[in-house]
Amino acid sequence: MLIKKAADIKASEITAKELYLNRRQFIASAAGAGLALAGGELLSPTGQAYALEKLPNVKKSSYTVNEKLNSLKDITNYNNFYELGTEKTDPSDNAKFLTTKGWTVEVEGEVKKAKTFAIEDIMKLAPLEERVYRMRCVEAWSMVIPWVGFPLSALIKQVEPTNSAKYIQFVTLVDPKRMPAQKPSLFGNSIDWPYVEGLRMDEAMHPLAIFSVGLYGEVLPAQNGAPLRLVVPWKYGFKSIKSIVKLRFIEKQPATSWNKMQPQEYGFYSNVNPEVDHPRWSQATERRIGEFLRRKTLPFNGYGEQVASMYKGMDLKKHY
Amino acid sequence: MLSYLKPAAFALCLVPLAQLAYRAYAGELGANPIETITRFTGSWALFILLASLSVTPLRKIIGWNELIKYRRMLGLFAFFYALLHFSTFLVLDHFFDFARIAKDIIKRPYVTAGFTGFVLMIPLAITSTAGMIRRLGKRWQQLHRLVYVVAIAGVIHFYWLVKSDIRRPAQYGAVLLLLLGYRLVVIWRKPNAARVATKFSAVRSN
Repeated sequence: MLIKKAADIKASEITAKELYLNRRQFIASAAGAGLALAGGELLSPTGQAYALEKLPNVKKSSYTVNEKLNSLKDITNYNNFYELGTEKTDPSDNAKFLTTKGWTVEVEGEVKKAKTFAIEDIMKLAPLEERVYRMRCVEAWSMVIPWVGFPLSALIKQVEPTNSAKYIQFVTLVDPKRMPAQKPSLFGNSIDWPYVEGLRMDEAMHPLAIFSVGLYGEVLPAQNGAPLRLVVPWKYGFKSIKSIVKLRFIEKQPATSWNKMQPQEYGFYSNVNPEVDHPRWSQATERRIGEFLRRKTLPFNGYGEQVASMYKGMDLKKHY
Repeated sequence: MLSYLKPAAFALCLVPLAQLAYRAYAGELGANPIETITRFTGSWALFILLASLSVTPLRKIIGWNELIKYRRMLGLFAFFYALLHFSTFLVLDHFFDFARIAKDIIKRPYVTAGFTGFVLMIPLAITSTAGMIRRLGKRWQQLHRLVYVVAIAGVIHFYWLVKSDIRRPAQYGAVLLLLLGYRLVVIWRKPNAARVATKFSAVRSN
């Protein structure tokens, strides 16, 4: 395997803070002060590596793809996490604000054992596994990521859903202090907070669906959705909701954030599907981060063999 | 002192390119370099295009007529960055996959808008020489009103491609509205005779 442990990162790959700050200064002064309009977008700094706590007793899972991994640097510096900013480098820049001490996850709704879990207890619900998954963003780029986590089913079984629990809605934290981009701005919000997502119960129980608490063998960095995020590898990345504080077991299909904003562009299912284009761009190909030529996008992101049967009889052009 | 201003402005317009080259050399284009280059060149094309459209209003408001000398340069730099932007799309993003590119232009409204804007800039760039201005006479000004269409297409192109956070294209749009609004107010406030006189003096100053 090509797995690169934190200890293998050469010191030279980690940008010293002083250099990093100097570089920003250089770029900013070179661009000149009068160019404020173009500024925000054009001067985004890039690249910082992180050293985080190692997770103990992580077992390799057989649910692993044998493809070249993306680097920790790419995975942690190219993120869509609008709570920390809408530019790809904003989440890593703002990661320092998102502290996870005392984090809890509330489980409510159609369950026999509604309860609030401390994050420490969630980490002990099931043995931690390393799973190398493809991640396909709806924006037509992809990565290969070594997640650390456990199946969603382990938590679901603990709370004993009732017969009317047909769906689960997931909710992200709302706290403008820790998620600076949630502060209302003069030009409006990028999204209605909180970010919400949902899965059908059979999707949530599928062995490929996991809660992730880490990557590259270490605790999950804030910009990747610490301390607890969903990973549903056969769906577009935005379904894999980050920094979860609540699970709601419900009978009716729940609202999901992107679907609320643009229902004609983002459906509830959002399974990766090269046949169904996003209305504004094609989903037939994708750029794997780190590669030059585009790749063909695979149905269900290459996980069709495992998951296609859940959608038998459904018109996936209609239920996109 | 003033004689250094124009070369200085020329050099300033090259700063973004230098910055991009530096970032490429230093490996600082991020995880998705092609996207970074595309957005960088596109944003600067639009920014400089809006700068070229602010020459006339600024000139009238602050009364510094010399500013007109920078308009052509700004327009050509806007075209230069738009050309880099289009080349990135053609070569880096799609690697000469013309079938796909053609499909994108027809099927994807934001590509249609961007491509329209780019194509309309070509005749403007070609007819920007002193000889062409002389040869075309009055028709030169009529032709170059296309720049308003180009700018509108550029802003729409940006607006249509973002996923949800429309704040930045909205900022460009607000600036463009201001610049176009200024021109409408000028036309509307001037009686006919004065309008003809302004046209005449504008042609002369070109």
